[in-house]
Amino acid sequence: MAEILLETEGGDLDSVPMNVQMGPSHPAMHGTIKMRLRLDGEIVARTDVEVGYLHRGFEKSCENVTWTQVMPYTDRLNYVSPLCNNVGYCMAVEKLLGIRATDRCEYIRMIMAETSRIGDHMTCVGASAMELGGFTAFLYAIEVREEIWRVIETVTGARLTHSYCRIGGLKDDLPPDFGASWRSIRKKIRTLIDDIHALLDKNRIFLDRMIDVGVISADRAVSYGFTGPCLRSTGVDYDVRKAAPYMKYDRMEFEVPIGSRGDNYDRYLVRMEEIEQSLRIIDQCLAQIEPGPINVDDGRLVLPEKDDVYGSIEGTIAHFKIIMEGIRVPPGEVYSYTEAGNGELGFYLVSTGEGRPYKCRVRPPCWSFMQALHEMLEGYQVADIVPTFGSVNMIGGECDR
Amino acid sequence: MGLESNLTGTFVGTRLSDALNWARKYSLFQYPFVTACCGMEFMSAACSHYDISRFGAEIPRFSPRQADLLFVVGTVSHKLAPVLRKVYDQMCDPKWVVSFGACASSGGFYDNYCTVQGIDTIIPVDVYIPGCPPRPEQVLDALMMLQEKIQREPLEKQA
Amino acid sequence: MSKKALERLTAKFADQVLATHDAHGDETAVIKRDRLLDVLRFLRDETDLAFDMPIDLTVVDWYRKREPRFEVVYHLYSVTLKHRLRLKVPVDEDDARVPSSYPIWPGFDWYEREAYDLYGVAFDGHPNLKRILMWEGFEGHPLRKDYPINKRQPITTLLGEKS
Repeated sequence: MAEILLETEGGDLDSVPMNVQMGPSHPAMHGTIKMRLRLDGEIVARTDVEVGYLHRGFEKSCENVTWTQVMPYTDRLNYVSPLCNNVGYCMAVEKLLGIRATDRCEYIRMIMAETSRIGDHMTCVGASAMELGGFTAFLYAIEVREEIWRVIETVTGARLTHSYCRIGGLKDDLPPDFGASWRSIRKKIRTLIDDIHALLDKNRIFLDRMIDVGVISADRAVSYGFTGPCLRSTGVDYDVRKAAPYMKYDRMEFEVPIGSRGDNYDRYLVRMEEIEQSLRIIDQCLAQIEPGPINVDDGRLVLPEKDDVYGSIEGTIAHFKIIMEGIRVPPGEVYSYTEAGNGELGFYLVSTGEGRPYKCRVRPPCWSFMQALHEMLEGYQVADIVPTFGSVNMIGGECDR
Repeated sequence: MGLESNLTGTFVGTRLSDALNWARKYSLFQYPFVTACCGMEFMSAACSHYDISRFGAEIPRFSPRQADLLFVVGTVSHKLAPVLRKVYDQMCDPKWVVSFGACASSGGFYDNYCTVQGIDTIIPVDVYIPGCPPRPEQVLDALMMLQEKIQREPLEKQA
Repeated sequence: MSKKALERLTAKFADQVLATHDAHGDETAVIKRDRLLDVLRFLRDETDLAFDMPIDLTVVDWYRKREPRFEVVYHLYSVTLKHRLRLKVPVDEDDARVPSSYPIWPGFDWYEREAYDLYGVAFDGHPNLKRILMWEGFEGHPLRKDYPINKRQPITTLLGEKS
């Protein structure tokens, strides 16, 4: 007769909660955060999220350099969509200066920001899929990103940290064959994105792991300050490009995808649909863009042409003053916001009239959802931490600055 | 040499250290200690376009006990430094460290109160990759340099 | 776009509002610290103001340029009515404390911790006012203007080792 090895009385075995630490160096490739988990078996009873492992002193560094030298620091904020940060910062300084960039410059900035947004969403979706075991989707997503970076490299000169925008304009105009190279990669991107849809949208494993996991309600999301795809997946219709259109977004026809459940799957679908809308916006920009100047016609802000710098004394002095002393921004404060990959990216700038910012504050979209992450994890299982954390798309550079 | 020419085609002669190093350099298990923007280029180097698996260093092992190559990718802050040191200490010999990017090699342009000015102040580094971020081709070049360095290692170094 | 918010605020809390402006289209009100929570609750609960989304909270350090030294800056947004407001609360260096707005919006939780960590402004009533970006044991508040940018405080103990 078999021995009765253990007696259980109508329920689980006696267990004690286990305290486990996850991170800061952990496989989910989204950045260094530490989560202290209190586990009741497999269920996460309580979690304490600790950030700050990538704090690089963005604000303090910006207070020590000129207004234009802040540009490389902004690249490294949300480093998966750096052009969105560049555009946001330049718009903030231009708002403080009281100027507006030229039409052609605004169209080009919109094209670049939307291509960056596609890269951001592809990285997020690909990494989420890989963490659940779907490595193929990740490879396809990175291939889309490579094609986009190849085109961006012909425009800006760099694959990742572009520093492309300048205050009052851009570094360089688009190359003459930009339209043709964009159309050629668009076909390739289209096939790859369709393949990713085919791999993930109705995939049994993906659905089981993402639906009704990491849920947050619309009211909690709004009171936590969520913006971007995380907020839209809960059903709240807030997109800065529609609510307060900037640049030429009021001339664009596009839709804002809204979810309903606020779970991981809705965040995935919102991101994939936003990629489609970004492609629409880029096509419309390329159709509407006209030749013209890319820099504002203001010698105190924009570097003069090299012929003038080497040929005339005024050009040399203007070049010297802009580089060495920085642009003179009038005293004041401004808060300027754009729709970056993760949500409302705000820049709060304070100027005292010198060539350096007095304060250059970034309002990071992921700071808001990281503080609510514990609500999205508690009550779910340990294995649900990874897809939830991945779908929220925390980017360390932006979160910790 | 004379003996081999008589027994052509049946065996290959070499030194023990060469054989071991040959095996080690073509089967590096990397531990990607990814923090910041360089992680994006690391992903690109590992994926199909640039394909680090051609060099045998494909699989990332996320446990320091199972890895022998520590890729420190991105900025290391002072808050993270003890963690990096612990991960390095937990790895078993033989182990190598690649400092990926300007921030890991020297602190990059973050010369401020919170950034470690180069991880070689904490752990010994074998190969430094400059760049902000380095192109994937540079990463592959650095990997090949590391492989040459591994090939030259004497038998005494191996535990 | 939120001129009405400024008008209602100055009408209801006339003794608390020190100054207002709308430079560059950003409506701003400088208010005293005394009834800060009442002001914030008023802004959230009134149906024609409905500031339901906390956007940002930061501190500006006017070291040797202005008195009082610190200025706590709140940015608020209304998703339903689509208007924004900025509130500034000046605080002295010796008494750098402000009531925490966590009971009103949980969304200022980490923003207040960050302001405490980097500037040293304390928030009374915050459930967990600990350092968030710097490590426990860091001395000083790095974003203050009198903290030199290069002053490093490296951790010299290994993990798990008691110093």
